[in-house]
This record gives sequence, C-alpha cells and structure tokens, in this order.
Amino acid sequence: MATTDPAPTTAAPTATGPDLRARGLHLAYDNRLVVEDLDLVIPTGRITAIVGANACGKSTLLRALARLLAPREGVVELDGRALRSVPTRELAQQLGILPQTPVAPEGLTVIDLVSRGRSPHQTWWRQWSKADELAVHEALAATGMADLADRPVDELSGGQRQRAWIAMAVAQGTPVLLLDEPTTYLDLAHQIDVLDLVTDLNRRERRTVVMVLHDLNQACRYADHVIAMKAGRIAAEGPPDEVITAETVEDVFDLRCQVTTDPVSGTPLVIPMGRHHEAVPVAAE
Amino acid sequence: MTALAPLRGRRPFRLAAPPVSGVLRPRLVALCAALVAAVFLLFCWGVTLGDYPIGFTDVVKALTGAGDPGTVLVVRELRLPRALVGLLVGIAFGISGALYQTMTRNPLASPDMIGLTEGAGTAVVAGIVLGWDGGLGTQGLGLLGALVTALLVYALAWKGGATGYRIILVGIGVSWMCTSATDYLVARGERFEAQAALGWLVGNLNGRTWDQVTQLAVAMAVLVPLALGMGRRLRILQLGDDVAAGLGTPVQPVRLALLLLGVGLIAFGTAAAGPVAFVALAAPQIAQRMAGTAWPPLAASGLTGALVVLGSDLIAREAIPGTELPVGIVTGVIGAPVLLWLLIRANRAGSGG
Repeated sequence: MATTDPAPTTAAPTATGPDLRARGLHLAYDNRLVVEDLDLVIPTGRITAIVGANACGKSTLLRALARLLAPREGVVELDGRALRSVPTRELAQQLGILPQTPVAPEGLTVIDLVSRGRSPHQTWWRQWSKADELAVHEALAATGMADLADRPVDELSGGQRQRAWIAMAVAQGTPVLLLDEPTTYLDLAHQIDVLDLVTDLNRRERRTVVMVLHDLNQACRYADHVIAMKAGRIAAEGPPDEVITAETVEDVFDLRCQVTTDPVSGTPLVIPMGRHHEAVPVAAE
Repeated sequence: MTALAPLRGRRPFRLAAPPVSGVLRPRLVALCAALVAAVFLLFCWGVTLGDYPIGFTDVVKALTGAGDPGTVLVVRELRLPRALVGLLVGIAFGISGALYQTMTRNPLASPDMIGLTEGAGTAVVAGIVLGWDGGLGTQGLGLLGALVTALLVYALAWKGGATGYRIILVGIGVSWMCTSATDYLVARGERFEAQAALGWLVGNLNGRTWDQVTQLAVAMAVLVPLALGMGRRLRILQLGDDVAAGLGTPVQPVRLALLLLGVGLIAFGTAAAGPVAFVALAAPQIAQRMAGTAWPPLAASGLTGALVVLGSDLIAREAIPGTELPVGIVTGVIGAPVLLWLLIRANRAGSGG
C-alpha cells in the first residue's frame, strides 16, 4: 500500500542538502601517504570537479569522502557527524558513489541494475515499494535508458553502459552523488552527453555532485567549483575562472599553456603548449 | 512520470495488508516448480531400486506411511536414508557452489575447485586411516577440514581484499596440497582403513544410515534458510565491493558470513557422502542458464544439485548390470565437460576464468 511506503526520495528537491566536509585528512594505502593534511568543504547543491595529474590523490580523496577508504588521520563529516559513525544504511541513503569503470555481471539487464540502486531503501520483505518503482522509472527516464531497460548491460555501447550505471546511482536517490571519472573510455560525444546528464541532475534536483575529471576544459564548463590537487594537497580551489589560470596549470600539471575563453560557455579554455609548439604561432606560409 | 512498458521476465507484486513487495520472475518460479517435480520423481525412482523391487506407486504409498507394512519397513529403514542423503547433499552442494560463485564473481571459484571439499576429505580420511578423530566424528572432522582450508585460501589470497581470480589460483594450489596429503594417508594406511577411505573419497551414497541423514538434516535446517536469506546481499555484492559498499552493504561482514555458510554446507555434505565431484561447480551454472538470470539463483541451484546427485546415483546403480558404481564417478563424468565448457567460455570472454 502506497501510504506505508516512505516518500520517494528522488523527486524531492531540497534547497539545502547535507553538508560534506573534511578536516585534517591524511589518506594512505599501506604505508604510502597519498593525501596529506587536507581540509575541504564541498559546496552544497553545486557541482564540484576535482582535477589534477595522475596519482595526485584525487580518486583516493573521493573514496574517502564515500567512506570506501578509512582516513589514517583526520575526519570526513556529513552534516557535522563523523562519517565512520553514520550507520551504513543511512549513509547509503545520503551519499551515492559511482566508482571508476564498474563491471556489471554478464547478462544483468539495465532494469535489474538500476533496481539494485534502491537497496538502501529496501528490506527483505519490501523489495519493490511504490517509491522504488517511481525512483527506478524516473532514473531510467532521466538518463534516457527507458527504451533499453530490458537489455543486458554488457551488450550496450560504452556510453549507454555508463548511463545505466549513472541511472543506478540516480535511483539510489541520494542528495550527494560522487562520480569517479564518469567520462573515462567514452568518446567525446558521449563524454558531453554524460556531463550534460550530470548537470540536469544538479539543476533539476539540486543534488550535490562531486566528480573527478581529467579534462580541464570540461571541468571548467560543467563545474561550479574546481579543486586542483597536486601531490596529495589542494593547490587551488574556487570558481573555474579563478582557479584555472596558466600559472595554476603549470604548477599543478607541470605543463605550459595558454588560457583563453571558451567561445561556447565563456569559461576558461586551456590550450596546452608542449615542447614542439610555441605561444606565438609562426605566420602562415 | 513516463510509464514503462511491461518488461519481459519481471512481474512486480505489492501486497496491501502486510506491506510485502518484490519482483517475481515467472521463468524462475516455473523452473523451481519443475525442478521440485523432477527431484521428487528421481527420489521415488531411486527408492524403487534394490534387491527387492518395489513399484513406483507402492513407494509413494510407503512414503506417506500407507501400504504393506513390509514394504514400508524396507523403504523406511533401508532405502530412504540413501535417497535422503542424496537429496540433501545435492541441495547443500548446489547452494554452497552458488554462494561461492556469486561472491567471487567467478564460476570457477566453487568449493570443489578451491579445495574446500578436498580439505574436508583430507580431515575425514586422516580420521579413518589414523583411527582417531579427537571425538569430533566424521561431521566434525569434515567441518574442521573445510573451515581450515577456507581460511587458508582466504588468507593466502588476501592482498588488500581477496579477488575472485586470486582465490582460484590459490585454491587450486591448496586443493592439490590436500589431495597429496590424502593420497599419502591412503598409501600408508592399513589395507582395511585405506579401502574404507577410498570408497568414501569417490563420493558414495551406498549404505547410508539414519544417523547421517539426521545430522545433515539438522545442519541444513539451520544453514539453508540463512543462505537463502542472504540472496539479496549476494546480488548486491555481485556488483563489486565498492559499488556494494556505496549501496549500504557491510561488505566484509557479509562476505565472512557467506564464506562460513558455504563452508558449513559443503562440510556437512562431504561428511555425509564424501566429496561428490563437480556438483557444486556445475549445478549453479546449469540452474543459472535454465533460469535465464545474471546470477546463480540459490533455491534453483540447490534443487539442480539434488537433481544431479539423485540422477547420477540412478545411473551409477543401473548403468552396468550387477555392478554399482559410486555416485561421484558419474557426477565426475557429467561434470568434467561442464568445467571444460566454462573454461572455454571464460577464455573467449577474456575475463581470465
């Protein structure tokens, strides 16, 4: 009966989502310190992009924000509570994470995958409530996957597959969504497609999004807040046009570049130089 | 809201009075019903066989307690234990295999491939050959052997989390260590003990007693419902540790619980009937293909296991007139092609086994 079901969490846009922050964070794998003494506040209801060179600790930071990795020192807080003290189920209702290139079991259909996103809201006797159905259908519609719902995930194209996983995270209905390189292995058109979808989720439902991105120009265009990391520390953070400057890029990526304005979005556009090309082009012959 | 077209193979239901809801899969339900019927048929068929042939209808009558007292006695005392052990062992092996295969996301990581049955076997054979079981009995020894082997495999495969692939590689090594230890024990054992151990090692349903049935039944009455209750968790775990954790699954406790449930099922089954080959590997894979699901369905895997064991036992008794083969030889003959097929398929899919 519908009245006994909890209210659908997907469709309820809240102006203020939970507050996510980290204080004095030290993260390590075995004895290798990856992130050192990091303080961080994630802007609520905004899109945050974490950028940086390979192995700078950005994915590690995201994993810690999702409690997939316990901090060596310091604390991640969700609405003022230490993440480790939040009950597992409650955390999964507040915060969703999509790891980098997850693999679906062979033959699993899109609808079965997306339905599993509802598991933090289910019990062994209530596995398909009205709210579950609503959230799954909305997630399929929002990601444009409704027509592919009964196709096996492993038979889809890379872009469709990624959208199926995002649909699962959307169906989870969490006000905070963490995405680890959601555009990896996608061609350019599908990258833009996925980032547009993320923007829709943020704008329509005011979900807080934190994503690790490789492409600086995409980060500038799609994020409200950019965190540039270097060797386990935050090198710069703020709005894209303040953070992504030629100096920061040279500092963070050790890459000389020019920064102009993206003619489409008006955000910073990074043009790398490299060893073979100079800033002033040779006149056309 | 956009209405979604009704989807093949999924039938959601939602009850009003108790707020129970879920998704029924008609094909899976039909499969389970068909399996129950087929298992019942093979079960009764097995009971008809023996020195004194009893007709099928008389067997069904005797099972309900009606009919000729002599027949009831023969059925109850002599033939039911064998059939029941076959039924229960099949269910235990099938479910145990499904638990391990789903948990490790790898069909080759079944308990009979990664050394659990072999470990239980080594412990039991040591008990038989050395003539000392430390007061544990066959069941206790089997459980201890399987548990120690499972922990050994898990510990050796552990490297910041145990992946399916490492579990298989380590498991195959441990499995051979156990086999060698068993061979050594049999070789140095006295003739009579060695003979008894060998007969048990192939997997045998001959001469089972009510004691064995009762012990196995009690263990399974506890373990099977617990295992079936883990089905939902198991399917989430199938998405990988990180995704499962993100969906609110306490990954390590769930994995430990699954590991222990699988060990319990395989150990009690092995103690009752010996390490019946390939059932834990093949039954879940057959059930999954028949159900058309992306995971080995637990109940159907158990029923398929029972079908394989009971069917193999029939073949073992009837194939060569006048001779009775141990059931494990027949399951081995049936199971080996399944293993080959899995290996070839895994290779083609590039998933590395």
